[in-house]
Amino acid sequence: MTEARFAVVAEGLRKRYGDTEALAGLDLSVPAGTVHGLLGPNGAGKTTAVRVLTTLARPDGGTARVAGHDVVREADEVRRRIGLVGQHAAVDEVLGGRQNLVMFGRLHHLGAKQARRRADEMLERFRLADAADRPAGRYSGGMRRRLDLAASMILAPPVLFLDEPTTGLDPRGRNEVWGAIRALVDGGTTVLLTTQYLEEADRLASGISVIDRGRVIAEGTPDTLKARLGGDRIEVVLDDPASLTAAAEIVAKVAAGEVDADAETLRVGAPVSGRAAALTETVRALDDAGVAVADIGLRRPTLDEVFLHLTEEKEVPL
Amino acid sequence: MSEANRGVWGVVPSQGKRVSVQTMRWAVADGRTLTGRALAHWARQPGEVVLGLLFPVMVVLMMGYLFGGQMDVPGGGNYRAFIVPGMFALTMAFGVETTFAAVASDAAKGVTDRFRSMAMSPSAVVVGRATADMLHSVVALAVMAACGVLIGWRVHDGAGKALAGLGLLLLLRFSLVWLGVYLGLIAKGPESVMAIQVLVWPIGFLSSAMVAPSTMPGWLGAVAEWNPMSATVTACRELFGAPVTGGSWAAQHSVLMAVVWPLVIAAVFVPLSVRRYRALGR
Ligand SMILES: Nc1ncnc2c1ncn2[C@@H]1O[C@H](COP(=O)(O)OP(=O)(O)O)[C@@H](O)[C@H]1O
Ligand SMILES: [Mg+2]
Repeated sequence: MTEARFAVVAEGLRKRYGDTEALAGLDLSVPAGTVHGLLGPNGAGKTTAVRVLTTLARPDGGTARVAGHDVVREADEVRRRIGLVGQHAAVDEVLGGRQNLVMFGRLHHLGAKQARRRADEMLERFRLADAADRPAGRYSGGMRRRLDLAASMILAPPVLFLDEPTTGLDPRGRNEVWGAIRALVDGGTTVLLTTQYLEEADRLASGISVIDRGRVIAEGTPDTLKARLGGDRIEVVLDDPASLTAAAEIVAKVAAGEVDADAETLRVGAPVSGRAAALTETVRALDDAGVAVADIGLRRPTLDEVFLHLTEEKEVPL
Repeated sequence: MSEANRGVWGVVPSQGKRVSVQTMRWAVADGRTLTGRALAHWARQPGEVVLGLLFPVMVVLMMGYLFGGQMDVPGGGNYRAFIVPGMFALTMAFGVETTFAAVASDAAKGVTDRFRSMAMSPSAVVVGRATADMLHSVVALAVMAACGVLIGWRVHDGAGKALAGLGLLLLLRFSLVWLGVYLGLIAKGPESVMAIQVLVWPIGFLSSAMVAPSTMPGWLGAVAEWNPMSATVTACRELFGAPVTGGSWAAQHSVLMAVVWPLVIAAVFVPLSVRRYRALGR
């Protein structure tokens, strides 16, 4: 029963714009009731994937079912069951928050009274009641996003698509939006969320698909993905080029993967698994060996490293 | 059809009928919701509405009052009677910018995509836009006519013909709604309204709206006479009882051309707009 278990199933989606293959055979399955993160750099095809899944763009190839309905052949059925928060906050900036929600409610074919009641509920739930009559154009970025979320949730759709919901927001706005998304998921909504931030996917999603050039290059829970990357990295910056080899040998003892030693920047780095133990052991060993250290520390992999790592990994078997 | 005799074959057509009635009802309801949205915009921005009306009013007053004495009209008519219909038609033509800006802004801000991702009637977006723009045009015409009357403009051929003239003006505006929708859908963003002005202003001024084409250099005069706007202007002058006689075939059959041109414009830009709207999904 794929219908019931998966809210979103895509198989081999293709979409080409001129010379660009925006989607190059994208596969995706999102279990109902979960948050799934579509993680990828700019231009990876995230928006295109969301546009195809929300019936806004026709795929050139492949199939996709959302809430049990084909996105091409049963577009109207799909539209009745989804909410979309696009990359730009798609609200009427002249109208107030309440007016926006009543309008979208009416367009969802709610009666006048019902639309007003629903609008008030949503304003309350997304903490916009105080700003209900102010033009949405004068909202802060976080508030506008929340209004956007509220507008996409009027019918309480079973599947919600969020395209980079926090890009361009300050940390406060980001937290507000994260809170709103968590509340939705607690209510049973399936969420497909695109993001450029590993941290965001990590915090919200139970499953992640890493995509690059229109294709899924890695998939799993945030933990399994991080484990594949070797988790945290230790980084040592040296004072003296002569000690580079010695330092690399010391770091290799605690490394969970390959050691990078860069003679130009005098950096030695490697993935490690036990954070604190690896750090203390390295500090002690370097000290014992009399290697002068300019800086030493642990840090999480950046998204760039994730992609570099995953794309390299992908290319090895080819 | 009762439950009992609704056979396997009976279900399909009766369901189809129900769906289409429902579809129509939604199309009307959604169109009304979006018209209401535009009206709510006006209520939110009364200043802009007043400013928008002030411009044509100012032009009517300036042209009719300041220059009224100095301008010559072929055939020796009254310049006010000449210029007021011209201003009416110019206002209808410049309405393209309003339509364009609204459509382009919705597309750029993702509002159009939100509409498209909802199970609402796809026609409502344009129906709502067109209704609001037409309402706005009616108000603008009424205000301008009132100003015209204030400066001494009169209709001389009875209310029936005067209303027919106003009808032709609205017909022109209606056809241009589709031009505005099409341009708004192909635009990269509302900023390109400048480009629209570059397109619309010459069309507006290269017509018989302000100057008789007979006073223009030969080929320019011919272009101006065949300009769709000129057809409406010349027809209005005739219907308001201050005809400008002579000119080309187009000028002599201006009422006919004032119907034909808008129909041609609509026949071109309705299908183009629909196609463009569908192509948003490609
Ligand atoms: N409408 C379009 N026309 C032309 N190219 C497009 C269009 N939409 C997307 N692309 C291209 O497809 C690729 C994927 O884009 P997109 O899905 O927007 O990526 P992302 O959302 O991950 O940044 C990019 O190279 C982009 O330039
Ligand atoms: Mg994107």
